[in-house]
Amino acid sequence: MKVEISKLLQKKRKQILEHWMNNQLANDSLRDDLLGNDDLRAQSEELLDAVVKTVNNQNLEHGLSAEFDDVTEILAGISISRARQGFSPRDTGIYIFGLKDALLKVLQDEIKNDPQTLYDFTLRISKLVDSFGITTFETFIKGREEVILRQTDEISEISTPVIRVWDGIVALPIIGTLDSARTQVVMENLLQQIVDTGSSIAILDISGVPAVDSLVAQHLIKTVSATRLMGAECIISGIRPEIAQTVVHLGIDLSNIVTKASLASALKYAFAMINLEVRKSQK
Amino acid sequence: MVIQREQDVVPFRNRVKEYAVKIGMSLVNQTKLITAASELVRNMLKYGGGGEALIEAVSKGRENGIRLTFSDKGPGIKDIQQAMKDGFSTGKSLGLGLPGTKRLVSEFDIKSAVGKGTTVTIIKWKNG
Amino acid sequence: MDRIPILRMGNFLLVTIQVDLYDRLALNLESDLVQMVSKTGARGVLIDISALSIVDSFMGRIIGNIGSMSKIMDAETVVVGMQPAVAITLIELGLELKGVSTALNVEKGMALLQHKIGSSEDLEEDQDDSSVE
Repeated sequence: MKVEISKLLQKKRKQILEHWMNNQLANDSLRDDLLGNDDLRAQSEELLDAVVKTVNNQNLEHGLSAEFDDVTEILAGISISRARQGFSPRDTGIYIFGLKDALLKVLQDEIKNDPQTLYDFTLRISKLVDSFGITTFETFIKGREEVILRQTDEISEISTPVIRVWDGIVALPIIGTLDSARTQVVMENLLQQIVDTGSSIAILDISGVPAVDSLVAQHLIKTVSATRLMGAECIISGIRPEIAQTVVHLGIDLSNIVTKASLASALKYAFAMINLEVRKSQK
Repeated sequence: MVIQREQDVVPFRNRVKEYAVKIGMSLVNQTKLITAASELVRNMLKYGGGGEALIEAVSKGRENGIRLTFSDKGPGIKDIQQAMKDGFSTGKSLGLGLPGTKRLVSEFDIKSAVGKGTTVTIIKWKNG
Repeated sequence: MDRIPILRMGNFLLVTIQVDLYDRLALNLESDLVQMVSKTGARGVLIDISALSIVDSFMGRIIGNIGSMSKIMDAETVVVGMQPAVAITLIELGLELKGVSTALNVEKGMALLQHKIGSSEDLEEDQDDSSVE
């Protein structure tokens, strides 16, 4: 006897839902503090409807194919809303795998006398629900990744403020490790500020940079060269003794760059360059 | 897009720019991409006697980018490794073209057969 | 054939590149400029590239050439108004334009030229407003 899975599921839809709900209600991990029973039922019903509508004998085990886009969308929605409500990924996983138990139970009742078919469908349904489970995990992780990505962007923007210290002098304190992505942001901000303010001197303060290796040094040299191309001078300040040591040990040549130990001395140098003098006022 | 004359270069650059703007590439990366494209088009005209350039928008995971493919039917490059070295040039130029271009883009691929021609493919990711 | 106009301002030559360069145009500029330097006996050349959205190795070389050629004809060259993105790209490309002086804008460029030449001659002012055609 040939079994049409879609017809069978449609016929037994109510029963499956009941089983599923009962499973969940009986489970210890039910979080009725986070999601009320009515909402849970509505959510489950929506998902089940979509599944029942989509499956047929051919696509049963291809839970990641395009035919299941509707289901995937609902799953993603459930995963995200549950994550926001405070469910752990584990709770969501158990919820989805509960559907498997319900489906299998109905199948067992329906196809009692054909073990071969039963086995076949059991396997395929398992695969299907497993792929649903994977989808929820993926969505969960994707949501997290988006948060991390947004924060990374924010950090790199926050961490490169360009300060106008004097007419014609801008300073940029760098805090944290300098990698190539950040160097690019630093360079862009610095050069743009130089253009915007018409400054002819830029001070790059690296007292907040934990370590300078040859790569970081290269990035610094690039920034200085780019500043010079624009027609401004770039001073690097905040060279700590440890940094001076490593730079020399690594054999990095910074002799073409004006370097100063502190921001104060860099500023003094800058003043001298634009013929400014700072004096104590006479009483 | 077919590139046969020097005058084709400017419209080609503008086309690349349009594509880059469409995917929201930052100004610096746009400039890098267009500069790289300009280098490669010049090579194609100078050594390959013109050829074809293809502009495509590509994406990998969350990253969007632009892929440019340049192919000519010129004499080809004998020693690619040497051509990729800074300061090497058979013509009268600075020899920064190929290695410099590689530094400007995210991915760089060159295939060449002597007597058959050269194909260069570059990809610049939106945030790379 | 298109040409980049070269304006004369007292002792200086002023070039404003307003269009995207292709190679032939850049080569023309190079020869025109050198001719002009010799004809007018100019002491300084100011090239404004603020409207250029890209400078690749060829144009970089032309700019370098102009600098060196003017130098041996006793004229200083200053390049002004480079876009930040262009500067970053040039550095990445490995082109530092050594031997060419740069300045942020035309005003600073002029000051730099005057400083370099050390001339005390006053520039006739308000001439730079004559249109850039």
